[in-house]
Amino acid sequence: MDGEELTEQETALYDRQIRVWGANAQRRLTKAHIFVSGIKGTVAEFCKNIVLAGVGSVTLMDGRLVNEEALNANFLIPPDQNAYSGKTVAEICCESLKDFNPMVRVSVEKGDLSTLGTDFFEQFDVVVIGYGSPATKKYVNEKCRKLVKRVAFYTVDCRDSCGEIFVDLQDYKYMKKKLEETVECELNFPSFQEAISVPWKPIPRRTAKLYFAMRVIEVFEESEGRKHGECSLLDLARVLEIKKQLCEANSVSESHIPDSLLGRLITGTTEFPPACAIVGGILAQEVIKAVSGKGDPLKNFFYYDGEDGKGVMEDISNSFTS
Amino acid sequence: MATQQQQSAIKGAKVLMVGAGGIGCELLKTLALSGFEDIHIIDMDTIEVSNLNRQFLFRRSHVGQSKAKVARDAVLRFRPHINIRSYHANVKNPEFDVDFFKQFDVVLNGLDNLDARRHVNRLCLAADVPLVESGTTGFLGQVTVHIKGKTECYECQTKPAPKTYPVCTITSTPTKFVHCIVWAKDLLFAKLFGDKNQDNDLNVRSNNSASSSKETEDVFERSEDEDIEHSNIEAALSNEETWKNRRRPRPIYSKDVLPESLTQQNGSTHNCSVTDGDSMVSVMPSLGLKNPQELWGLTQNSLVFIEALMLFFAKRKKEIGHLTFDKDDQLAVEFVTAAANIRAESFGIPLHSLFEAKGIAGNIVHAVATTNAIIAGLIVIEAIKVLKKDVDKFRMTYCLEHPSKKLLLMPIEPYEPNPACYVCSKTPLVLEINTRKSKLRDLVDRIVKAKLGMNLPLIMHGNSLLYEVGDDLDDIMVANYNANLEKYLSELPSPILNGSILTVEDLQQELSCKINVKHRFYSEILNPVSNSVWFLIILPSTFPKLFHFIKSRNQDELSSDIILGFSNGLIDLSILYLFCFCHREEFDEEKEPEGMVLSGWTQSPATNGESASTSNNENPVDVTESSSGSETASKKRKLSEPEPSNHNKETENVESEDDDIMEVENPMMVSKKKIRVE
Repeated sequence: MDGEELTEQETALYDRQIRVWGANAQRRLTKAHIFVSGIKGTVAEFCKNIVLAGVGSVTLMDGRLVNEEALNANFLIPPDQNAYSGKTVAEICCESLKDFNPMVRVSVEKGDLSTLGTDFFEQFDVVVIGYGSPATKKYVNEKCRKLVKRVAFYTVDCRDSCGEIFVDLQDYKYMKKKLEETVECELNFPSFQEAISVPWKPIPRRTAKLYFAMRVIEVFEESEGRKHGECSLLDLARVLEIKKQLCEANSVSESHIPDSLLGRLITGTTEFPPACAIVGGILAQEVIKAVSGKGDPLKNFFYYDGEDGKGVMEDISNSFTS
Repeated sequence: MATQQQQSAIKGAKVLMVGAGGIGCELLKTLALSGFEDIHIIDMDTIEVSNLNRQFLFRRSHVGQSKAKVARDAVLRFRPHINIRSYHANVKNPEFDVDFFKQFDVVLNGLDNLDARRHVNRLCLAADVPLVESGTTGFLGQVTVHIKGKTECYECQTKPAPKTYPVCTITSTPTKFVHCIVWAKDLLFAKLFGDKNQDNDLNVRSNNSASSSKETEDVFERSEDEDIEHSNIEAALSNEETWKNRRRPRPIYSKDVLPESLTQQNGSTHNCSVTDGDSMVSVMPSLGLKNPQELWGLTQNSLVFIEALMLFFAKRKKEIGHLTFDKDDQLAVEFVTAAANIRAESFGIPLHSLFEAKGIAGNIVHAVATTNAIIAGLIVIEAIKVLKKDVDKFRMTYCLEHPSKKLLLMPIEPYEPNPACYVCSKTPLVLEINTRKSKLRDLVDRIVKAKLGMNLPLIMHGNSLLYEVGDDLDDIMVANYNANLEKYLSELPSPILNGSILTVEDLQQELSCKINVKHRFYSEILNPVSNSVWFLIILPSTFPKLFHFIKSRNQDELSSDIILGFSNGLIDLSILYLFCFCHREEFDEEKEPEGMVLSGWTQSPATNGESASTSNNENPVDVTESSSGSETASKKRKLSEPEPSNHNKETENVESEDDDIMEVENPMMVSKKKIRVE
């Protein structure tokens, strides 16, 4: 299927992983084009993983100039000021990533995410937005959804030792082996906008607290006009106020979201590298699954919390209400 | 998370990493990013091409270099001011003794084999240094924490060992493709091209085979002189008695499977100009076979088999006699694939591609970068808890492919030490053995080294020292110990009899355990040929030289399990028979592989082929199974999370779903399944 065979070089390099996901999946991977923005620790991990996996191309967007802060948790940037000064994060990371696997085309795209049109995203099979504002996430998600072609959409966010992944595969058909036969399955994903607007009341009580906590932080950053992660313990009072409002509006008790969790999310602004490795690993695994069309995908949120060590999947859509 | 206290604990810590492969590369990176400043790393391996898809600190230009050293250099590039010390060495080397281990605050394992894991476990116990252990296979992985006296040690639970097969299954009654692979690799390939004096597990002991050798010799002689072709095999196949209870193999004749042109042109189509001794010699191109994932038919397999055999003889003659199977030796893989497939066809077992066969034959571990990265992250999280002495927060974490109760990463509270563990609780072992028929050598090789995983053992009976190894022994002692090795246990200077208590120690591991000996009488398990079955292939004409070569390889092995016969047929077809005789009655060899039973021990650390990757070969899900014999069930602390039973069920599903490749009957997989069933 999918036309040409893997080359001898590819077979030798990817031998161990072909044994995991098969040659067809590898062939699909080598044709996949991935767009990534916001290259902090978790996204750097993700990029490393998919470049090693052997995707067709990776396009990076991150116009921040490299500074001390950008170095944190990002092993793609050598801490040599002479080498990085004046360069953007995307440019520096691009150089490192190319080196990981010469068979993958890694390039840099400049510009502003929130001004890119639908046709820009049409070039890609997968779009990953790292550390974006809710507005940016919604904007890009809507652009992807307008395309005839299905573009897999992901967002990822890491604060303190916590991480969130959101997945939108729209209408997704995939193959799954059930007992002896391979069956086709279908899933319908809500958009980012829909997924974060689900009323809280009907959501099962055992759902990860992080889902609610992240929404509080989102509302806080948006209403205060903060950039992603631009907060500190000084903001706790305001954050708790927002929590109260959201809980009231959703008719749930305030105990739904522990204050200590919110405290961690606003103070832990430097990333925790082990959590980045974990969340970046899960994200890459999901992208590989979606590209190869093999195996149950994550639907539609994933949460990791280093405090309790759980990595949990949550399916949050309007199905709770219906 | 990054509190002051945590940062200073990290900064001041001295950590030892064992393994710089798949998990090791990720781990070293994450440690460095997390602020660790004093990291020592041991790995004996060098870099291979197939590592590059996940061991991201390595580049193609590094192939052949030390993993530990290259990993160190690569990480220093993005964290130049930390101290990383690399050792290109085996962790079992004597310089890595208890004192060496004592200098570290925590030891982090990213190993690929049970043997080394057990060794490090013992050293960590002896040095009282916490150990964070890990392993991955495909999308599955696990991280566990082992602290002396607080949590179970790595050996408190039985570990599934790489599968071994009863000799009869391999030689006579294969039912799975992996049996054919083992036959082709460990029997056929080893006997034809390997060291004739090298024992392997499949060597049928020749004590009682004298009676059979005559019979087989006849076959051999006649087949050389007369045109008997395959009549012996047909005769044997027609023996209804033999096949009453088993599937009768179908003989395969060369005239049916090979193109006429080939049989007429008397053999080789080969015109190869490769140099002698080149390990990249391959028959695939000349046969027009390009895709290693393609399934070859019987004809293609037969052609590959013949061509590979001839090519070994023509181009790599110098190596013959000391070849061992290597998964990176293309011609060897081709030969083994073809031989296994022909045998599989004969026994009605589905055929497999070269790619799959290579995976099985080479014990190749499925490995991807993502799982290793996740596991490395989890190791660092546990290591930090260890440094902060957050005992209550320690977790064993499983990384699953399909979520169980929504969890992809499942943390579980660690278990308490198993009071019956001979490694960390000094509980005596019980050995049932025929003390009149077993030599001290059997005890040392098959029990103390193979099962107890000791490296430099010492054996005492009462006050009498029966055996030890070391550099500081004088010649008289060495001669004395060597003499002891050849003695039956009951005839040693201090005889080992029913009720004897032995002390077995490893000075490097600082492990000492007591073995209570029970004399056990076994009925004679070796029988003259009772059921001899074979695999048969018939080759078209090859060179007379080839015949003599095969004959010379085997004439002094007539009592052995492979007899090769050769005959010149009238229709210009030379015929090569390969017989495999099985000399044993079937008995449960899996339980009693050596005719000895050891109770209260952890499964044998059979070495596996893959040495490069750090992914383990084991079930990433610990199976809570008690070791045979003694009361082992340790008191489990209540689990904070879903019960293991659910959990095992879940991973079992993993196996049956999703991926063709995962279904390859790889020895590892088989052992997993087996263990779960128990």
